[in-house]
Amino acid sequence: MSTTVWIIFWGAVATYLTRIGGHLVLSRFEHVHPRVEAALNAVPAAVLTTIVAPAVLTAGPAEWTALLVAGLMSLRFGMLPLFLVSAAVLIAGRQLVG
Amino acid sequence: MTADAIPQEDEPTAATEFWAGAKLSFPVIVAASPFAFLFGAMAVKNGLSVFEATLMSFAIYGGASQMVGIDLFGQHIEPWLIVLSIFAVNFRHVLYSAAIGRKLSVWPTIQQALGYFVLTDPLYAEVERKGEAGRHIAFPWYIGFGATLYVSWVIQSGIGAYFGNLIPDPHALGMDFLLPIYFFGIVLSFRARPNWLPVVIVSGIASLIAYKTVGSPWHVSIGAAAGVALVALLPVRQGGEFER
Repeated sequence: MSTTVWIIFWGAVATYLTRIGGHLVLSRFEHVHPRVEAALNAVPAAVLTTIVAPAVLTAGPAEWTALLVAGLMSLRFGMLPLFLVSAAVLIAGRQLVG
Repeated sequence: MTADAIPQEDEPTAATEFWAGAKLSFPVIVAASPFAFLFGAMAVKNGLSVFEATLMSFAIYGGASQMVGIDLFGQHIEPWLIVLSIFAVNFRHVLYSAAIGRKLSVWPTIQQALGYFVLTDPLYAEVERKGEAGRHIAFPWYIGFGATLYVSWVIQSGIGAYFGNLIPDPHALGMDFLLPIYFFGIVLSFRARPNWLPVVIVSGIASLIAYKTVGSPWHVSIGAAAGVALVALLPVRQGGEFER
């Protein structure tokens, strides 16, 4: 196998370990401490924020407008309308701003 | 009948569950497809064959990590460093897997093994949302979402590798910013959770500092760890959501 295929293979093994690892390690404990529980509950907002934050920082007016619209949409609507309207705002904004 | 297209027969609602999960994945597929095409196109540009590009999506199935991987392929970096970078970008799955492990542990082992393979950010978010509503996570529902997204990701990567150079103006189509919008929407949907705002602020600031100092793959793990550590240190709430 080529080096590239080997890198893909080991990358896949490493990735699968991250996907089963949390569960395999955690299931060794019979009781989950309330602090661990609270920490786990905070995971989604924490991780997804870190994926969004740099994109927001390096964005421009078109992107910020789209995010603002997404924020307002989230008060009343579900994910799909939020996403479609914000994406439309983004594309329209980029036509204007470039 | 749609039922004969789906192999599960142990439960009468399996087909309905599968379809419900698949339907939930459609907006994610719309959001992710530009990245699949982009990945395929960039992979070929960085010296991978169409087969290798598709294999990477097939075996690793992690958009951001694949992008980082092919970026490093193009720079002739030591192989183990590329693998380490892929691992670093995907490290957040450890947290997802720990968080949903208790919900999936009622499934047979083979279903769990398969379920963890297709575990991604959006699927994790959907599992949490369903769990939030107090509903049980059925394997057909989970795999309906996971397998649909997985198959389309692999196919679209292959198509992207084939036709990548034909995309006229990816920027004008907003391709690079669709996933941030999607993840932003998910973050907002969690706002009723205890400690939501402090977590978002601390994770956001920590990830930006890490992004500027340590560099790209690590800002996810570092930023998330900061937000989660904050909650672990805060007083544990006993009763209602806003009691102390």
